[in-house]
Amino acid sequence: MSILINKNTKVVVQGLTGKEGSFHAKQCLDYGTQIVAGVTPGKGGMTWTDDEGKYKVPVFNTVEEAVKETGADASLIFVPPAFAADAIMEAADAGIKLIVCITEGIPVNDMVKVKRALEGTGVRYVGPNCPGVITPEECKMGIMPGHIFKKGRVGIVSRSGTLTYEAAYQLTSRGIGQSTVIGIGGDPVPGTTHREAVEMFNCDPETDAIVLIGEIGGTMEEEAAEYIKECVDKPVVAYIAGVTAPPGRRMGHAGAIISGGKGDAKSKMEALKAAGAYVCNTPAEIGEMVEKALKERGLL
Amino acid sequence: MKIHEYQAKEIFKKYGLPVPRGIVAHNAHEAECAAKELGTPVVVVKAQVHAGGRGKAGGVKLAKSPEEAGKIAAEMIGSRLRTYQNPEGLPINCVLIEEGVNIDKEFYVGLTLDREVSRPVFMVSAAGGMEIEEIAKTNPELIIKEHVDPAIGLLPYQARKIAFKIGLTDRKLISQFVKILMTLSKMYFELDASLIEINPLVKTKEDNFICLDAKIDFDDNALYRHPDIQELEDTTQIDPLELEAKKWDLNYVRLDGNIGCMVNGAGLAMATMDTIKFFGGEPANFLDVGGTATVERVAAAFKLLLSDPKVKAIFVNIFGGIVRCDRIAGGIIEAAKQVELDRPLIVRLEGTNVELGRKMLEESGLNIIPAKDMADGAQKAVKAAKGEL
Ligand SMILES: Nc1ncnc2c1ncn2[C@@H]1O[C@H](COP(=O)(O)OP(=O)(O)OP(=O)(O)O)[C@@H](O)[C@H]1O
Ligand SMILES: [Mg+2]
Repeated sequence: MSILINKNTKVVVQGLTGKEGSFHAKQCLDYGTQIVAGVTPGKGGMTWTDDEGKYKVPVFNTVEEAVKETGADASLIFVPPAFAADAIMEAADAGIKLIVCITEGIPVNDMVKVKRALEGTGVRYVGPNCPGVITPEECKMGIMPGHIFKKGRVGIVSRSGTLTYEAAYQLTSRGIGQSTVIGIGGDPVPGTTHREAVEMFNCDPETDAIVLIGEIGGTMEEEAAEYIKECVDKPVVAYIAGVTAPPGRRMGHAGAIISGGKGDAKSKMEALKAAGAYVCNTPAEIGEMVEKALKERGLL
Repeated sequence: MKIHEYQAKEIFKKYGLPVPRGIVAHNAHEAECAAKELGTPVVVVKAQVHAGGRGKAGGVKLAKSPEEAGKIAAEMIGSRLRTYQNPEGLPINCVLIEEGVNIDKEFYVGLTLDREVSRPVFMVSAAGGMEIEEIAKTNPELIIKEHVDPAIGLLPYQARKIAFKIGLTDRKLISQFVKILMTLSKMYFELDASLIEINPLVKTKEDNFICLDAKIDFDDNALYRHPDIQELEDTTQIDPLELEAKKWDLNYVRLDGNIGCMVNGAGLAMATMDTIKFFGGEPANFLDVGGTATVERVAAAFKLLLSDPKVKAIFVNIFGGIVRCDRIAGGIIEAAKQVELDRPLIVRLEGTNVELGRKMLEESGLNIIPAKDMADGAQKAVKAAKGEL
């Protein structure tokens, strides 16, 4: 078992016929992901094929149709920022329960509204502005380089794309595989939070340890730390980027008032330490730290 | 995107919010004329820069005559204003001449995204004015918070709740206050603002509310649907190197150190800075070249780093994912040739096709110091910047 996706996941790609969509869909198919449909309004009825002509995927005008015809149960979104919020809502309305949105640059208010609209619907969405989700050797829904991942029992959740790769690569190089790796994305209003991802990993019997990679801004890492303190017995290895980031040239006072001292790297690292997590000083330590944590618990 | 106070006040006016009468002046003569035209016994001369905390930094001054207004304006215009929110300072190119208002009490009103709940939140305090951040630290209970449901906007009862909590009793004032908050909520969504702030919102001795200060920040991602707002951008308020970076779609922030960094991905870029600092060095910048490190962009990034005379060494830290390392190495070699690299260059490459990429760098004939991982690269960069490598 893994979380969110596995070899049985049937994916519809929204924006399949675009440049980004086409390129990455091919990579996902090469990895073994079951892409059963594409959606591009106005191109319904055509068949998408990759540049080598290896794969053929039917394209539909709406997600509703795609679901009805192919039984797709997860959506991977590559549509441009102006239409991305609409695309997420369309997927949710069509009954898709897992949505991964890669698109970068979506207006914040659009995501505030999406979050509000999907509250309580049971739809899980990941992103936007993220590398996606991968269950190694089973299903890749995203833009990450598949070969740096390896099947195993460590879960990774991260706000940053390249840091996710860095962590996974270090683990894989040491022969430590991953159960599922989630890039939750760097936007201020993410569909899935650190806390939610940690909770899913905690409940997954096939995940032995959790790597949490955070960064400055917001309070997601502090919230995750609270949950870890209360509910998580699995080892958690954490790294927070941005210790040296300057406060940023701001204009108003609201930012300082609202954060109330939370949000900087120090506060996050302290919260995680207090929750019992192994906190790394530099990302170069992640692999080593996971190995140490697993050995300490006799899991390696 | 930030705009000036006078621009924010024009937007406020369009939405029917009460603001003092004011005129923008670009020189002493214009300032004097403006003060005459306003005709009030006291006018206020306000430096227009993209930073708050102007009052404390000498950027907001009272003038008791048009001549005095002209004199103050002459001193301000052409100088730089350093405030605690922008320590390097920003150029003052114009001032806002405003009628003096009889202040009875100063309130704070702010509206911004609360990331913890993914909704905008109003923050209001009866203890407004220039000390508001201090108050937030020492007496957070004096700041009233109310979240806005994005599906329906602020509701009048919520605004009333705040009004009573901050101690308003007069019916006329309460109704004015409610109207102001309702308007701000509408503005926030319609204009895709990321921050609207009135500090202070003033109750005058004549018992009216008026917005003495106005700050609006806009969500850059939403500017495409607001061409009129895009036109308000004042690039003199942006660091010239950062402006140049923006042209190339590079995410660049200038810092004080001497190790130039070029990294793909914002998280890895921050982590690279942290690692440099951890090994005793000081990063000169944050620079994210993005996922597609093409020759042109890498060359532009090199030029940017080299144009900073403080930079003593450059550390390139790239994790090649979808974009393979051999392509990236090609980009680095090509770009390094174009810009005539004159400072030590440390390169750490990792990821897809890394062997090939490293070999290309080695055989390029360029003076590149290879690093086997991030920590190694950071340590080498620190040494190189000290002239020890
Ligand atoms: N038109 C005016 N009439 C009278 N007093 C004024 C006027 N404009 C500003 N002031 C006074 O000057 C102070 C500082 O001005 P303002 O709030 O506009 O600038 P600021 O210092 O940059 O604000 P902030 O500290 O919120 O960033 C106000 O708190 C107010 O007391
Ligand atoms: Mg003010």
